[in-house]
Amino acid sequence: MTFSKYENGGKTFKKLRYMKDNYQLYLFILPALLITIIFKYIPMYGTLIAFKDFNPLKGIIGSPWIGLENFQTFISSPNFMDLLLNTLKLSLYGLIIGFPAPIILALMIHRLKNVGLKKKIQLILYAPNFISGVVIVGMIFIFLSPIGPINSLITRFGGDTISFMTEPGYFRSIYILSGIWQGAGWASIIYLAALSNVGQDLLDAAVIDGANIFQQIRYVDWPTIKPITVILFILAAGNIMSIGFEKAYLMQTAMNITTSEIIPTYVYKIGIQMGEYGYSAAVGLFNSFINVVLLLTVNEIVKKLNEGEGI
Amino acid sequence: MFKKQSKLDKVILVFNYVVLAIIVLVVLIPLIYVLIASVTNPTTLVNSGISFNPLKWTFQGYNRVFKDGSLLLGFRNSLFYSSAFSVISVVVTLFAGYPLSRDGFVGKKFIMTIFLITMFFSGGLIPTYLLVKNLNMLDSVWSILLPGSINVMNIILARTYFQSIPNALREAAIIDGSSEMQYFFKILLPLCKPIIAVLVLYQFVAQWNSYFDAMIYLKSAALQPLQIILRSILVQMQPNPGMMGAGSAQDAAQRQQLAELLKYACIVVSSLPLLLMYPFFQKYFEKGVMMGSIKG
Repeated sequence: MTFSKYENGGKTFKKLRYMKDNYQLYLFILPALLITIIFKYIPMYGTLIAFKDFNPLKGIIGSPWIGLENFQTFISSPNFMDLLLNTLKLSLYGLIIGFPAPIILALMIHRLKNVGLKKKIQLILYAPNFISGVVIVGMIFIFLSPIGPINSLITRFGGDTISFMTEPGYFRSIYILSGIWQGAGWASIIYLAALSNVGQDLLDAAVIDGANIFQQIRYVDWPTIKPITVILFILAAGNIMSIGFEKAYLMQTAMNITTSEIIPTYVYKIGIQMGEYGYSAAVGLFNSFINVVLLLTVNEIVKKLNEGEGI
Repeated sequence: MFKKQSKLDKVILVFNYVVLAIIVLVVLIPLIYVLIASVTNPTTLVNSGISFNPLKWTFQGYNRVFKDGSLLLGFRNSLFYSSAFSVISVVVTLFAGYPLSRDGFVGKKFIMTIFLITMFFSGGLIPTYLLVKNLNMLDSVWSILLPGSINVMNIILARTYFQSIPNALREAAIIDGSSEMQYFFKILLPLCKPIIAVLVLYQFVAQWNSYFDAMIYLKSAALQPLQIILRSILVQMQPNPGMMGAGSAQDAAQRQQLAELLKYACIVVSSLPLLLMYPFFQKYFEKGVMMGSIKG
């Protein structure tokens, strides 16, 4: 055995030696590895139940294999299209409206000359980010309730009370706009940081060349933040299907369920509340699968558009 | 030619100010509304909205919230969860980041891959839930503290930060007779206060504002974190009996008004701590975001 270790140039021997000499390093990384393997990898094995008629008493091995039957049931179920469309629409609209918002905000704040004012504004715009999702939804319910301030305003101007939270048509707008209210300020930090790295001489050169503000933005600001924007966009696009369960679940009412039921909330209800473990695992897997496909697709598209830059 | 463009620029800049002012108002007005509403007399509140007239103010909302113990229980629990979570998470993260930052660490690529894969693939909700169940962690604080404690982005952040410390420092320490452990704890960690602060704050806030894990894993009333208690009051519209008080003295309309007032009071009480604290930590958070973005 010793001889073979020396035969490959002693590489294995060297590696083992390193591990023995630096055993503390391996102890250091052990907790993280253990937690990852237990709570991330073992559940990956658990996705097998998506392909089984899972019975908790029989366990994963003991439950009968049914292949893609769960997936077929899901795809052919009457609410499949609604679920898929609700999930996609919520994510896509959210992306289209919500993604540019922090960028525009950053571009605007960047133009402020007064540093003190800039800092104060930033401080205010960051605040909603620290309010919890539950409170945000709570505020939504209170403000938009039939007896709330928004409806008071509407009736004062002669309109009829709008029942925002029970009308399916409003769900998406409320979800997306409140999300921007909460997150745009915080998200602009990254773009502001990138913008503050814009070479001042570059900007000065542009001004001397007679560039107006729009041209400055187009030729100086934008190229600076383009790299980070691309990466963030790919990540956001890749998460289209795994859109936040938490907020949608909180905002659901019995009335707006036709637009507010998205795949993640469906998985939760079918799986944990109703105990249909195998079926909901299949739905969840379907969701992740679409996610990965989207991520790779968007990455490829962006690569083509952006001369090979991607993840 | 130059003058004309300058004029356009000036107009744009003014426009910029105006729009930003509007945005700031859009952010501030709801917050101020909630604050004033929480002290407005309930009848006035429901019938005509908030009142800036101090004569119409009342603190009974806050009295009730504080006298009843539910919010306090939630606070206590959340304080425990957030503190314990951030400590566990940051410790494990730092411990993982350090070996990964060492040149020549055998197995670095392999281990890194193990972590990275989890960023894109996961078992999903149901298998994770079943695992927690099988580990007898349902209705236990560990279900909150352990599974989510590993955040690969944070490990990468820690690693990046460690990498920015020159090797020479470690070598000098070794030559001076320090052991690896001593170097890590006595020399390296004190240098890393910024990243430690960022990670602790991030994880604390994340845990403080989360409700999902608690909702699916915790059943006992005694274990409920603040957000779950808030959820029942604010979202599920179940006015807390303790805060509402005895029913006989009030009619239905009054109870409804009181419920509204209590909601505002709860929002203020639960959000104010973080809102008051974050300005002090703002620069840490910003650093964290920037470090994350640079690595990204």
